[in-house]
Amino acid sequence: MNAIEILGLTKQYGRRRVVDELRLTVPAGELFALLGVNGAGKSTTIKMLCCLTVPTQGDAKLMGHSVRTQPHAAKELLAVSPQETAVAPGLTVAENLDLMAAIYGRPRARTKEVMDQLDLGRWARQRAKTLSGGWQRRLSIAMALVSQPEVLFLDEPTLGLDVLARRELWGVIRGLKGSTAIVLTTHYLEEAEALADRIGILNAGRLRAVGTAQELKALAGRETFEDAFVALAGEEAAS
Amino acid sequence: MRIKAFAVRNLKELLRDPLTLFFGVGFPMVLLLLMNLIQRSIPVHIFALETLAPGIALFGLTFLALFSGLLLARDRTSAFLARLTASPMTAADFLLGYLLPLLPLAVGQSALCLGGAVALGLPPSWNLLAVTASLIPSALLFIALGLLCGVLFSDRQVGGMCGAILTNVTAWLAGIWFDLSLISGPFRTVAYLLPFVHGADGAKAALAGDWAALPGHLLWVSLWAAGLMGLALWLFRRRLVER
Repeated sequence: MNAIEILGLTKQYGRRRVVDELRLTVPAGELFALLGVNGAGKSTTIKMLCCLTVPTQGDAKLMGHSVRTQPHAAKELLAVSPQETAVAPGLTVAENLDLMAAIYGRPRARTKEVMDQLDLGRWARQRAKTLSGGWQRRLSIAMALVSQPEVLFLDEPTLGLDVLARRELWGVIRGLKGSTAIVLTTHYLEEAEALADRIGILNAGRLRAVGTAQELKALAGRETFEDAFVALAGEEAAS
Repeated sequence: MRIKAFAVRNLKELLRDPLTLFFGVGFPMVLLLLMNLIQRSIPVHIFALETLAPGIALFGLTFLALFSGLLLARDRTSAFLARLTASPMTAADFLLGYLLPLLPLAVGQSALCLGGAVALGLPPSWNLLAVTASLIPSALLFIALGLLCGVLFSDRQVGGMCGAILTNVTAWLAGIWFDLSLISGPFRTVAYLLPFVHGADGAKAALAGDWAALPGHLLWVSLWAAGLMGLALWLFRRRLVER
């Protein structure tokens, strides 16, 4: 079953098309990485899929629910970890997770499960604002997982983290593969290559190429994924 | 369930901020004490506790606007509100979640302020309970003003709007420090069109047991509060999802 069906999704601000006729499907359980240079349309796409921005044209369905006409049903099934760390600063780690569990109508036992899953137990009683950047980021992702979403959006989840913290989070994200459809945006190409089942390259709001890392390298005729990305993402910009 | 969870979160955020506790509880008490000391040092009867205590109780409620405005503006300008907007929460869930924890805070603040006035010499009476109840529409008014500012402005701007401008406007136009009936002309007309003086006059009427005067004042404040709350909800809905 397709977790996400994107049907000609378009966002236009004035005359500028930020996302242009996007068409894509993501099967349940797949980790799909959306790559692109700054301003390519990644964040706007995620916002439309999370029902935070109304599309100008087109539609998208999350587990069959339209983001345009059934946003409430779609929101029950999705969760997002935004680009900026999104936690309640004055609440403890456990309270932040309890809050999200209550909002989605999940039992409080989910808090303990997710804290164990992300190794947050030792910080359970510590207020979020006193955590380091890496642990805040981990909490932010944990808050997205509490609701056991069918579709999870991770918008640059490892931005600003050191190498060790990033690798630890990779382990967490890998652990989610198969059970949840994940759309990941990132500027770290090695992250997409290491984690994603498939990768889409956006440029100027249009989907330039979709495939596995190997397929994209073959398509661009390059040895490395970075070279393939530059070729594919740069081609459209140059044309 | 969602409203309760979000309201509990907001209450915790408020109570864990020492500034909230100082301005919410301490500052009205400091003002009351200060004015009472001034009164004892001057021969003219200007700051009688019977008029001062209800006025300062109303003035203390202006800080509710600061609290609600800052809380909403901080959530809005951080990614936290985006996370919650992508959840099944509705605009009404949000606004009730911001509003509900502030109401007990308002009642507690008024009760403490009036209790302080009793300690300073205000004769205790059952009417003090009526004063506390009569201030609830004013509390809703200030919370609505704060939410409106929180929807429209950044947290820094809210600090200026609600922390400086609103407290001064309320202090001058509610007749807290002087009797507005002594003034004529446009200042008085504008003051009586706005809700602040009605909030203070209603509380004074409740303390004096002037039950005939109370409903008119409460109705005026309630109409303003309902209008501003409706406007805040409408704007919040529009801003929650980008179009």
